[in-house]
Amino acid sequence: MTKALKHDDKKPAATRTPLDDSRGYRVFRVVNTVVLLCVAAVTLYPLVTIVAQSFSSELYIRTGQVNLVPRGFNLDTYELVAADPAFWNSYLNTVVYTVTATAISIVLTTIYAYVLSKHRLKGRGLLIGVAVFTMFFNGGLIPNYVLVNGLGLTNTMWAVVLPNAISVFNLLVMKAFFESLPAELEEAAAIDGLSTYGILLRIVLPLSKAVLATMVLFYAVANWNSWFPAFLYLDRADLFPVTVYLRNMIAGATSATSVGAVESNAVAISANIKAVTMVLTVLPIVVVYPFIQRYFVSGVMLGAVKQ
Amino acid sequence: MTTQTREPATTAPPDPGKPPGKPKAPRYRTTWRKAFKRDWQLYSLAVLPLLFFLVFRYAPMLGNVIAFRKFVPGGSIYGETWVGLRYVKLFIKDPNFWEVFGNTMALGALTLVVTFPLPIVLALLLNEVRSRYFKRFVQTVSYLPHFLSIVIVAGMVMQLVSLEGTVNQVVRAFGGDAVPFIQEPGWFRTIYVSSEVWQTVGWGTILYLAALTTIDAQLYEAARIDGANRWQQTWHVTLPGIRPTMVTLLILNTGTFLAVGFEKVLLLYNPLTYPTADVVSTYLYRVGLVSNNFSYAAAIGLFESVIGLTLVLSANAISRRVVGTSLW
Repeated sequence: MTKALKHDDKKPAATRTPLDDSRGYRVFRVVNTVVLLCVAAVTLYPLVTIVAQSFSSELYIRTGQVNLVPRGFNLDTYELVAADPAFWNSYLNTVVYTVTATAISIVLTTIYAYVLSKHRLKGRGLLIGVAVFTMFFNGGLIPNYVLVNGLGLTNTMWAVVLPNAISVFNLLVMKAFFESLPAELEEAAAIDGLSTYGILLRIVLPLSKAVLATMVLFYAVANWNSWFPAFLYLDRADLFPVTVYLRNMIAGATSATSVGAVESNAVAISANIKAVTMVLTVLPIVVVYPFIQRYFVSGVMLGAVKQ
Repeated sequence: MTTQTREPATTAPPDPGKPPGKPKAPRYRTTWRKAFKRDWQLYSLAVLPLLFFLVFRYAPMLGNVIAFRKFVPGGSIYGETWVGLRYVKLFIKDPNFWEVFGNTMALGALTLVVTFPLPIVLALLLNEVRSRYFKRFVQTVSYLPHFLSIVIVAGMVMQLVSLEGTVNQVVRAFGGDAVPFIQEPGWFRTIYVSSEVWQTVGWGTILYLAALTTIDAQLYEAARIDGANRWQQTWHVTLPGIRPTMVTLLILNTGTFLAVGFEKVLLLYNPLTYPTADVVSTYLYRVGLVSNNFSYAAAIGLFESVIGLTLVLSANAISRRVVGTSLW
């Protein structure tokens, strides 16, 4: 806070006006700071509680005694969850799905965005329209389900990985970026005898590392968090991503991966086990979040410019 | 003979009367054959993505014909025999459908009314913060929920409103009795909208904050010289300055009005809360995938998509007429 005030003092005098120092405005600024601190606190509270619960013993959680600080601190629940092969299996599935889906998405999005960025291309408007129309109209749940079934993708990772391979929003962001690259560079490369593929691979992509990284983040986070396609198309517990594992746990279903072993175990899963699973599921995102969030912000703004 | 007739034909395109100086004319006249010869490598790159769109986006759109055909599991994905409007009539007469339609409207309208203005308010408040560190801190924290899986969010909501959860602790602290929130139809909308606010408000501020930085500082100078106080400056300079952003987001939100958070409702509701929680998409999920009535559910889904598209198009048209801002 003191640091903040110092910074405030350094503000150039030019932007200061007598009005800024009016009593009403000074009161407003204090209220504003308090309000924003409350916003931050309310946003963080549920997350902190879950972390606190994950280190607490079940008894204290059941009686509602765990809020911000763990009660009955222990790591037993972590050991318990870590010893569950079903959890690790679903965690590994999530990693595999995320990596595969992101790779496919990046390739498809990049090549299509590159094609769409070429203004001279005949039929470009049509190619853009094909993509943009799907933002406003879609087939709906049932025809999608019937299609994935019809293609025989049910109970394979492809049902999770393929149907959402291209996000039109990301496509438009990349297209805007490619359009902003200097055309002379590509022309020079073409004169030097590079083919279109060569230009894309050797000239354009090396210049697009920033936007590629942003797109990898967008897709990776979306895939990491996704649960519904897996829930819909996968019946076998050994294929579940960790989100579905968690969903079934929260919904109170038994996580019967070891065939039939837990079949009779109808006991509700303890709150601390749920908390640990949640913490472990969000952990990768929360860890990288401080480093990645500004890329997301710039990506969103880049996409918004298009509109 | 043939060479003679061909001769003029090949020289004809550049000739006939049109001024050769205009650069746009020749580009316009590029034939598909020429375009393909020149850019075949680009077209070849487009093949896989186009295949994706055709298979995973347009085939399901066509797949909606099963709403008018009888679908037999294991048969063609486009159904077996025409049944006309039978399934449409069925859902129009279905009292359950109208109940979930009402729920959808209520939940959608409530979400829109609550979650649309709040990011604007938060952005305006953040904009008044002078300390860059404090501003960045609040922003960073408020974006965070946007990156969490809906499953995690649902899990945390369940914990918070459980009998021993934080909300009930507060209720007890004020001398009330614990409420089984998650089982009460009367509380579902509040829970849903609050969690939606928690998850989306911070993220929603990004575009407004960006729009705020583009407002010309001279406008504030002018307003100040005219004697406008802080509040008047906000009302007459700031808000009109971010109006295009507001309109754009309002159009987009209106378009997704009926598609109220299907996944979140699915995770949060239970048979006890169906009276207020069941929405069109969850109803069609149960009818279609749980009860295997594909054609009927597809008819409902098609109805939902068409209304959604109509909403976007009309919101866009209205805003173009009234405010002069539109998506296209």
